[in-house]
Amino acid sequence: MKHGGPHPLVMILLVAAVTLFGRVLPTWTLSLATVAASNALIALGIVILARTGNVSFGQGLFYAAGGYGVALIANAWGITDAVAQTMIGAVCGGLLGLAIGPLIARYSGIFFGMLTLALSMVLYGALVKSTVLGGSDGFNVGRPSLFGMIFTDPREADFMLYAVSVITTGLAGIAATILFRSELGLASLAVRENNLRVEYLGISSTRVITINFIIAAIFAGASGAFALMAQRHIDPQFAYWTTSGEFVFVAVLAGYQSVAAVFVASMALELVRSFSNLYLPNTWQLVLGVFLLGVILFLPRGIGSLWIRDRPKRKEPPAAAAITAQKEAAL
Amino acid sequence: MLAFRHAICSVALSNDVSDLGFARIERHENSAMNFFLTIVLDGLIQASWLFIVALGLTLVFGVLKILNIAHGSFYALGAYIAATAVTTVAAHSLPPSAGFVAMLVSVALIASAVGLLLERGLLKMFYGRDEVVLLLVTYAVFLILEDVTKLIWGVNPIYATQPYELFGNVEFAGLYYVGYDLVLIPISAAIGFAVWFGLNRTVTGKIVLAVIHNEEMSVSMGVRVNRVYAVAFAFGVLLASLAGALTAPKISMQPGLSSDVIILSFAIVVIGGLGSVQGAAVGAVLVGLARAASVHLMPQAELFMIYLIMAAVLMFRPEGLFKRETARRI
Repeated sequence: MKHGGPHPLVMILLVAAVTLFGRVLPTWTLSLATVAASNALIALGIVILARTGNVSFGQGLFYAAGGYGVALIANAWGITDAVAQTMIGAVCGGLLGLAIGPLIARYSGIFFGMLTLALSMVLYGALVKSTVLGGSDGFNVGRPSLFGMIFTDPREADFMLYAVSVITTGLAGIAATILFRSELGLASLAVRENNLRVEYLGISSTRVITINFIIAAIFAGASGAFALMAQRHIDPQFAYWTTSGEFVFVAVLAGYQSVAAVFVASMALELVRSFSNLYLPNTWQLVLGVFLLGVILFLPRGIGSLWIRDRPKRKEPPAAAAITAQKEAAL
Repeated sequence: MLAFRHAICSVALSNDVSDLGFARIERHENSAMNFFLTIVLDGLIQASWLFIVALGLTLVFGVLKILNIAHGSFYALGAYIAATAVTTVAAHSLPPSAGFVAMLVSVALIASAVGLLLERGLLKMFYGRDEVVLLLVTYAVFLILEDVTKLIWGVNPIYATQPYELFGNVEFAGLYYVGYDLVLIPISAAIGFAVWFGLNRTVTGKIVLAVIHNEEMSVSMGVRVNRVYAVAFAFGVLLASLAGALTAPKISMQPGLSSDVIILSFAIVVIGGLGSVQGAAVGAVLVGLARAASVHLMPQAELFMIYLIMAAVLMFRPEGLFKRETARRI
């Protein structure tokens, strides 16, 4: 299985270049790119999980867990460091993923999606009614700092956030590329094709799904931390199912073959969002829906399939091949 | 009974799912029996409209194997159309009963047309794809309809309260209920019975059941599956919109209605088992009672309770309470 991904060192250089590129970007693009990088991170988790054939409709659960975890710790102990907050978010998401991953890995298809959705809505329901956490209004947190530096200039603060989120997402992307090529990554694809046969081969498919699920949860938690730092506010909407739906949207747009496609898809989505906000206010979801239908219809394997064409395609489904063989035998 | 009053107030004031049409009850006596009765009756009123929505969702899943995220949007669409019909009728100073009839007729016509159009024009293109892909297609439809309703009816709350006074107030075991709420229960039961009868006792229904059980076999027996698909989907849309129309006089129509309703109906069909009519009924009663009980006893746990039940059912009986296990192909 080829994935056409470049060497990790090349990718590290690419991440560094993109980070430095933020210096010359105009301010509005900078915050847009920050959101895009943050969404790409959580969508990357969904893609990793989707390689096992399971789509999570409840990544908002870990997104909110990361966001609330960071916000509560920031307000209680005054931890404002951006890198520390990212790690706290990742740990919060990861721990929750560790708790529910093994339970959820037994399900597949629609039941998997429904269960993740139900769990995220349990959290939403609890958050909305919890007066301690500000109920449906949520609460605010302070401005993040970095290694003891406090950024008073908004432009500098924006760049700092951009740099942290791009570097984190970039590193996650590199890790994902390595993962895709690893034994676990290939086993994931096998689980997607037929989990029972994988079991016969001596690999535990629940274990494969659980590990991928926890990775996705860690990414979602870190992404929640970025969203919190960017908005400096958190509310239960983080856990609502439409939030999760948007991340699934990015993942579908990207397809599950390429890491780079996730970033392109996320950026494309943010651009479409800001332009339709500008020119077609109140119809942003309409544009999004049409866009999604178009992608499913015309690019069923995501925008990644635009530049990855070297995948070996199965020429005929097995049943058709068998029929052809029969005909040939009859002749 | 201060806590109880508080519960009612919080229901009336809060802006999320919890204000989807709870009965406005005035307490007469403060006995435990009455309190229990309040919960049961309130739960049944909730269950009645929830059942109609969930029935549509479960039928569409049974026949087309599509978990329709846009189902809540059809509920909202029905509610908005009903509001327009009711206000138009009221503007011509016709009686509220005319408004009630007008809203049902207009919703039935428009919803069936929308359903047929969507199935033939859009969903048809995606048949044979993965069920998760079809889920995303309906998600796209949900997004589109969300904005279409905003474009047509705006973002401010809309009311259509005229038919709500139609059946007066009813005293029931010392409690005053709005007659309209109580009428919903027999309407919903009648719809449920009609669907059950139609499916199990008519030839058309038997054909639909055949498609539900084994599509390939039905095709080879000469059933026009495409037609069954189109009719079943349109019927699902019709049920959702009808529920929207019936609840329109009780609630305020505003954006976010569809996403709240779909989540509740997901919970119901998952609890009852996807594709099962009896399951939808039991699920609706369970969710209705759970909502009513938590609103009266523990208002802060309301949403939480429902999804917790849903998650618990999924954990222990992922096929729902009413579905037989099926063997899978290896």
